[in-house]
Amino acid sequence: MDWLELFISAGFWAAMLRIAAPLIFGTIGELVCERAGVLNLGIEGIMTMGAMTGWMWVFQGGSLWGGVMFAAFVGAMFGLLHAIFVVHLGLSQHVSGIGITLLASSLSYFVFRMILPDSTTPPKITPFQPINIPGLSDLPFFGEAFFSHTPLTYLALAIIPVAIYCIYRTPVGRAVRMAGENPVALEAQGIDVLHIRTGAVMVGSALMAIGGAYLTISAFDAFFFGMINGRGWICIALVIFASWKPGRALFGALLFAGLDAFQVRAQQLAGGAIPYQFFLMLPYLLSIGAMIVISKSMRYPKALLVPFRRGDRI
Amino acid sequence: MADLRINGVTKRFGTLTANDNVSLSVAGGEVVALLGENGAGKTTLMNILFGHYVADEGSVEIDGKTLPPGSTDAAIKAGVGMVHQHFTLAENLSVLDNIMLGTESLFSLTSKVGAARKKLQHLAKEYNLEVHPDALVGSLSVGERQRVEILKVLYRGARILILDEPTAVLTPAETEQLFVNLKNMVASGMSIIFISHKLHEILAISDRVTVLRHGAVVGEVATKDADRALLAEMMVGRKVSRPKAEIISAGEPIVELEKISIKGDKGMPMLLNEVSLTIRQNEIVAIAGVAGNGQRELAALLSGMQKPDGGSLLVEGKPVTKNNPNRFLQMGFGRIPEDRHHTGTVGEMNVWENLISEKLRQSPLWRYGRIIDFDACRKKAAELIEQFDIRCNGMETETRLLSGGNMQKLILARTLTADPKFILANQPVRGLDEGAIAFVHEQLLNARASGVGILLISEDLDEIFSIADQVAVIYHGRLSPLLNVRETDIGTIGAMMGGHMKEVA
Repeated sequence: MDWLELFISAGFWAAMLRIAAPLIFGTIGELVCERAGVLNLGIEGIMTMGAMTGWMWVFQGGSLWGGVMFAAFVGAMFGLLHAIFVVHLGLSQHVSGIGITLLASSLSYFVFRMILPDSTTPPKITPFQPINIPGLSDLPFFGEAFFSHTPLTYLALAIIPVAIYCIYRTPVGRAVRMAGENPVALEAQGIDVLHIRTGAVMVGSALMAIGGAYLTISAFDAFFFGMINGRGWICIALVIFASWKPGRALFGALLFAGLDAFQVRAQQLAGGAIPYQFFLMLPYLLSIGAMIVISKSMRYPKALLVPFRRGDRI
Repeated sequence: MADLRINGVTKRFGTLTANDNVSLSVAGGEVVALLGENGAGKTTLMNILFGHYVADEGSVEIDGKTLPPGSTDAAIKAGVGMVHQHFTLAENLSVLDNIMLGTESLFSLTSKVGAARKKLQHLAKEYNLEVHPDALVGSLSVGERQRVEILKVLYRGARILILDEPTAVLTPAETEQLFVNLKNMVASGMSIIFISHKLHEILAISDRVTVLRHGAVVGEVATKDADRALLAEMMVGRKVSRPKAEIISAGEPIVELEKISIKGDKGMPMLLNEVSLTIRQNEIVAIAGVAGNGQRELAALLSGMQKPDGGSLLVEGKPVTKNNPNRFLQMGFGRIPEDRHHTGTVGEMNVWENLISEKLRQSPLWRYGRIIDFDACRKKAAELIEQFDIRCNGMETETRLLSGGNMQKLILARTLTADPKFILANQPVRGLDEGAIAFVHEQLLNARASGVGILLISEDLDEIFSIADQVAVIYHGRLSPLLNVRETDIGTIGAMMGGHMKEVA
């Protein structure tokens, strides 16, 4: 067995990007919500919903991009529901978020079963196909590793600079950041805090849903139970790891995905000498380690979890 | 030139009427001072004008047009700018981000940062408010943050500037600079509403004074016809004069410190260096000094929160061995802590809970030693609220919502009714208005007359010279010998606070 070979195989790097893509959507989505001061624990359910609705759209004869849009729309609606509870009514963000997760996951499975009551093996669709980028995809190693992916994977990578630009360089991004830092200051500058927070939660939730849809219409070709498998929670951790910065979120997602890609291959290499559960555990273990190291330099949004009620004594 | 009119505004929070039919008008180029004690409704009125709150009755007009209620956006567009007492800035954002927020259409895809920086620098120069545009607000001093707040308002092109207690956080030099800047702004045609309870500032800056008391306008006077005494009387509703201590002879020693030392961190000087001090019955002993010379450690020691590294503490002649706050309470120590928000009260708990919080395990508030008797507690709290005139929206109000003066009354009520033998009063009147100061001093003097020994830690020499009997100066952890207040003068103590100990002692 050759451990070095693992890292120089193009397949490893390609797998890393594939695993990272849904995490990137989810993490940026969560980051947008939290930057506006709203924790969205509905992410796990919203991703499940996105996975189901995106797939179902395509299965019913819609286009792949139509599936992405539909998933985003449904995600935004669940975001709106969360926002009504926590932004407008000022209820507990934890409770509402977990409620949204339970509701959206169960509803996804329920609707899936309603539409396809008696399929034992999950039906399949034709997912997004890899696009070879002309010129670059012929490069040895790099071509296979980085330039032969599905459009949704490229979109995930493109989301990062767009998010950075929007958050730091546009008026609405500035307002979102202020909503998460000091909502009273936002109101004092004549901007409606509730609108900004609601909008941010909806956009963030739409991104999460796209992350879910990625799994069913880009990475795989079917929807099955438990397929999000905690990815939403990983995204929550990645936002903290990233210290609420989109660039670092990309780094975190790639690091986690790299570990995950590594553990799958390491299982094979170890060939039973070490129980495979150990390798399954590795990415999570190292994530915890990374969080501990990073926690000292954390700069969290000051008004995260703090509801804003108009006309309250300030 | 803008013409502002507030017509008959009434605002209630629950059963508390914060503003009661208040009317006010401000013409262009005029400085109107809004004077009132803490909790008189000044800030509420301004928050209504600026659109943070919606008034229950009444309206706001600018240049004859009624402002839509509850819209800060409309207020800003009409030319109102507000510098809040608690700054509305985000520490994690840059100065420029804070200022540009809300100045551009939210849906524009780009932000004209370059132009904004130029405009900001131009304004900063014009009004002499230098500040680095790209610095994080978190890295700025309080004075600089206030400059950012004022620039923010100027950037929006405000014609009516509301300043809510702008000098509360400034040093005297910064205050002077602020006044120069304000006068420039007025000269360029701006109107200013200046909220304060500091009389000399109002006399210095305003053209006209409107006085609020208990939420209602009680009078209006041109500044040139006013003086301190008149304004103070209007504000408080009666003649106020700070009480003076009558001479009474001190009794037996209550608390004695013998060569108490507290070490500093490794390599740092001693925080308290062989401090000896005696406090007797019927006596107020003051510790004067600039903050940070060991007062904090002395206070912690006398609250039972810090163990001395050397020396001994005697209470009624017996040495104290166990240092814990509860035991100190049981020995008859009362405390008025320096920071009433953090160590004086629990802001999130109710007024009544705070009122009984130092009477844990005492009957009749506790039954069988462990069970709280809610009825008895509430009854007791109601008595204290009545007796000490604590203004709150009922005893179930969260304590953090109380004004500073009322919070201090709560602490006094709790401390004085526990029959203390000794009271540690650490900066008891900091940040309070005249009426509240007089009240606190009166209560401390009453306690002294009834036999309590009081240690007063203060930076305010006026306070020391009006109520203390003896004074010592603390400097770099060392304490000067006690001087009789009636035989020394402010100049001498002031010099000692600056470290000129030897010449005197």
